[in-house]
Order: sequence, then C-alpha cells, then structure tokens
Amino acid sequence: MVAPPSLRVGAASGPDATIKSNIVHEYSIVQALLDRAEVEARARDARSVTRLRVAIGALAGVEQELLRSAFELARVGTRCAGAELEMRSIAASWRCRSCEVEIGPGSVLSCPSCGAPARLVAGDEIVLERLELEVA
Amino acid sequence: MCEECGCGDPEIVAVEVQESLLAGNARNARHNREHFAELGVLAVNLMGSPGSGKTALMEATARARHGLRLAALSGDLATDNDARRLLAAGIPARSITTGSACHLDAEMVHRALHHLPIAGLDALVVENVGNLVCPAIYDLGQHVNVVALAVTEGEDKPLKYPVMFRKADLVVLTKIDLLPHLEFDLEALTDAVARTMPEPRLLPVSARTGEGIDHWIAWLGERRTALSAKAHSGV
Repeated sequence: MVAPPSLRVGAASGPDATIKSNIVHEYSIVQALLDRAEVEARARDARSVTRLRVAIGALAGVEQELLRSAFELARVGTRCAGAELEMRSIAASWRCRSCEVEIGPGSVLSCPSCGAPARLVAGDEIVLERLELEVA
Repeated sequence: MCEECGCGDPEIVAVEVQESLLAGNARNARHNREHFAELGVLAVNLMGSPGSGKTALMEATARARHGLRLAALSGDLATDNDARRLLAAGIPARSITTGSACHLDAEMVHRALHHLPIAGLDALVVENVGNLVCPAIYDLGQHVNVVALAVTEGEDKPLKYPVMFRKADLVVLTKIDLLPHLEFDLEALTDAVARTMPEPRLLPVSARTGEGIDHWIAWLGERRTALSAKAHSGV
C-alpha cells in the first residue's frame, strides 16, 4: 500500500531550534528577551548586559521558575551570559468595563453594581522593562 | 569609558525598554488578522487539552447539515492524524507539525496558509496543540477563541487554567453523552467559568450523538455575520 501524501506543512525548522526554543513556551519568551537585549546592546556598542528587568503578570501564563531556568540555559554565549534577571510580579487586577468598580480576585467577573463584564487592567504583562548595559 | 573621570573603567548604562516580549508574535498576528479580514474569513482558535474532543467536534460539524464553508489547520507535535480525520470528514485541512513546540504561533499559521486556500470560506478553524497552558499566550490573528472542555476533565479546569479560560469567547463542553456515567457538577463548572471568563458562555455538545452541534454551528454563523457587519460599517 502506498502511504498517503503527508498533510504536514511543518513549522519546525530544525531539531535544535525547536528543542531549545519551544519545549515550554518560556523558552520562546527567553529567546525574544535575549534577541531584544542584543539589539539594545549592539545599538549602544555595549560589552555586555549586566541586568534585565521583566514584568510578569499573574495571568500572563508564564512560570517564573521555568523562565529563569530557560534563561540560564539560553544565555550561554550571548551578551547576557553574566546578566542578572530580575522579575517583577504583577498581580491580576479586574475592573468593571463600564463603571470602573474594582472586582476582587476570585470573584465572579461581572460588576456587582451594574452587571457589566469585567476587564483585566493589569496582570497579563510579559514585558522587558529595563536593561543595564556595560559600555566600554 | 567612564564619563566622570575618563579612567577607562566600564560604565553601566540603563535603558528603558518597556516592550512586550510577545511583540514579534503580535506583529505576525496582526498580519494574519488583516489577511482574514480582507478575505472575510472568520478565524477561530480552537484550544483544549489533548483528548478534549477538538477534532471530534469538527468531524461532527462536518457531518451536520449547514451552509458554512470551513477549512482547518491542525497543530500537532508529531503526526498529521487530526488533519487526516478532518479531510476524511470533508473539511479541507492541513497539519502544522510543531516538533516539540507546545503551541502554535502566528508565524506558523501564516506559513501554513500558503498551503491552504481560504478565499471564499466562511471560517478557518485552527485546531491548536492539545494543551491548556501555552496556546493561550500566542495570538494567531484569530477573531474568536474557543476552548473545548470534556466532561471527563472535571469541573474545576477553568479555575486551574485561568489564563486560557480568561481569553475564551466560548467554552464548548464536549462528550455530554457520557454524563450519565459521571458525577459531573454542571453548576460548579458554570460557577468556575463565571470566575474566569468576563463574558461566560458555555455550550454543551456531544459529537457522538450530535446534540448541541446545531447551536455550535449557529454560534459560528453569528460570529461570521458579525465579522462582515463590522467590515461593512468600517469599524
């Protein structure tokens, strides 16, 4: 029997790239972090990056411990090799979409006074806030 | 060189960046969204655990009589089984083999669209990699997020995976034909969904018996209509 033609339109570009960058999405995020830091370092002709500060929201879907281990693996051989990674946790915060009343964590996500749906005002960030570079 | 005294010691310079680390994906997602808008195709990001019944839902959708023209992309770690099942059911489909990646991203969808014509369709369903965590984080350029949750998974799943349920426009509760065999607390699920989704919407279906599938198709149709209404009003 002839095998049916593959329906795959594979996204994986190579075993190394995928294994290192994607087993958990924290690796993809660390890759974006290193790339962004590299751009800034190059623009300022920096020798190295000494410190990175990222803000991680409670509802961002990022495990800080996983992000840290991914960072420690991926930074080797980059300008961030000796950098300190600082993570700032941002709590989830909900407000009424209409009257802006605050809706507490764990509550039903509609406004207790007007019934309108809540909106997330903070807590989904995955943001590179600040870098410190060593400039020769 | 140190600017203060010119001693040659390295200087530390602070740079404020304040940029999302998902900015690259967000750009690609915007590109996909523009493409879908130009073609008037509703893009659905269908997520859920492995075995939650995402593919079965689409097969049941294909079996039901309706006027929607659909196509699908299936994200899968290692096989193209899901795309084969959809194709056999009559839905044009392609598989995005992610290797070890736990989620699809906008770039993967963009590249896959080069192999799947979608002009003239009503909706493209992107069946994401089975996973309740990672797929929620990556915008694919979809118009709506749907989470398939099987009754066998337990009613507290939304509370355990709030990141995904927060983004859902609809939760399709699958495999309801199994309810007589389970002690499933629908009220507890309804409460969990209300605490994780700002606009909770729960749709019980059985792909096996076909129960609820017409409501699911009607929902897709409404969202498709809303899309063209939006395009025509120029909003």
